[in-house]
Amino acid sequence: MLVIEGLTKRYATGDLALDDVSLTVPKGQVMALIGPSGAGKSTLIRCVNRLVEPTAGTIRLGETVLTALGDRALRRARRRMGMIFQEYALVERLSVMENVLSGRLGYVGFWRSWFRRFPLADIEEAFRLLARVGLDHMVDKRADALSGGQRQRVGIVRALMQDPELLLVDEPTASLDPKTSRQIMRLIIELAKERGLAAIINIHDVALAQQFAERIVGLHAGRIVFDGPASDLTPEVLTTIYGEEDWSATIRKAEDDDEDEPPAVEAARIAAAD
Amino acid sequence: MPVIANGDGAKVWMRRTTAADLTAWFGWLAGVALTVLCFQFISDQTIWAFVWDAPRQAADLLDRAFPPRWSYANQLWRAMWDTINIATLGTVLAIAIGVPVAFLAAHNTTPSVVLARPVALFIIVASRSVNSLIWALILVIIFGPGMLAGILAIGLRSIGFIGKLLYEAIEEIDASQVEAVTATGAGRAQVLAWGIVPQVMPAFAGISVFRWDINIREATVLGLVGAGGIGMQLQASINTLAWPQVTMILILILGTVIVSEWLSARVRHAII
Repeated sequence: MLVIEGLTKRYATGDLALDDVSLTVPKGQVMALIGPSGAGKSTLIRCVNRLVEPTAGTIRLGETVLTALGDRALRRARRRMGMIFQEYALVERLSVMENVLSGRLGYVGFWRSWFRRFPLADIEEAFRLLARVGLDHMVDKRADALSGGQRQRVGIVRALMQDPELLLVDEPTASLDPKTSRQIMRLIIELAKERGLAAIINIHDVALAQQFAERIVGLHAGRIVFDGPASDLTPEVLTTIYGEEDWSATIRKAEDDDEDEPPAVEAARIAAAD
Repeated sequence: MPVIANGDGAKVWMRRTTAADLTAWFGWLAGVALTVLCFQFISDQTIWAFVWDAPRQAADLLDRAFPPRWSYANQLWRAMWDTINIATLGTVLAIAIGVPVAFLAAHNTTPSVVLARPVALFIIVASRSVNSLIWALILVIIFGPGMLAGILAIGLRSIGFIGKLLYEAIEEIDASQVEAVTATGAGRAQVLAWGIVPQVMPAFAGISVFRWDINIREATVLGLVGAGGIGMQLQASINTLAWPQVTMILILILGTVIVSEWLSARVRHAII
């Protein structure tokens, strides 16, 4: 569904962030993108929704050639790609509901959004999704009053409000503790599966990537150096991605986590934990 | 900075080398010498007899100024009300013009760095470089004496103040929140309204109320050049050497400034 061909990005400073990257993500696939800091993970997903302008290469989402779009068409295309951020990137001074509804900005005209007159269907969907992630009691709280895990769940709901086909997820757990990290990853995967969304997840934590993603792509210095199922991730592969290190303890360490609970129990537990 | 190994191999650390130490001391010495020299020059230009006489003169003036003429207050309420109106309307005018100018001047919101930004920055500098009393002097000539000249003078001076502080606040916002709103497919105006405006709202409120507070004080002197408000009474009283009236006016101004300061502190507190 998402096809990237020969994607290259050179910043104005001269740094080559991405070097001829080609990648295909089929519909419904959850893909983890791993690699050291500065490998180009963030740049890659920002090139997809063109928050960063690619220097060369083409990116197609379904039939749409994203790299060839003008301003207006680009905004329409962005509605189809939900983005989740490392530091949540909620608008801190707006309420939870306003942050969630901001996911509909691409569908609603300026004055309707200015006076907060969103269509009833949007509001119903917002309540439904907030209940799904266990935050329906926090609708009127300001975003800066929430904990990290709660904020990220608002971020996830905002992305889903766009009714996207693709999720672009940038280090969703980097600012969270290990337990919340697993809950958030599980939530993202579950929701992506429910809705049949493809997802590209940038992630530092190799164990988390292995636990939750079906496919892993390793990026090193702007080039793809590994592309395969999570089970193929060996110490040799990690060495090509990150460099020499003792990897024996890293692989599959996340197994001992509480992962057999059914989703309903999980949601209740997330809600109770706050 | 220099790390030197002494006889038995232990490392010794000093902040500066000996040469740098000496240079620093000579720098201080030169500074003190210059200050003494300047003081001597000022002393030579001063007529000291007047200075020694100053406490007596001050006591004499105070003696003539007290007690204040309380009954005079009845003729002042109207002028004080005018003063407050000049300050408030001038601030509103400055906000109306200063806010768009700030968005044109901020690096991250300006539509064009080569055209709009320099123009906006010029407006800000031009407005800030002229004192409101000078603006009033010019505007009284154009519009004639009265409140209108005062309002415009306060407004023109405040555009630069509000524009400068607000554009600095806009440049300091968290870019990731803007990025997130952009990523939803929002239009330019929506990104402004949803990603940027909520972030600069506290700064905007603080700056506006602070400027209003300053403007109340500035409006009290505009009457000196005929631009309306309580300054006109002040000038008339000084010209006729009616010192008890001057004291009354100063007390009234002090009271108003205290109230406006209290009010602006409250508003800033409520918003942040």
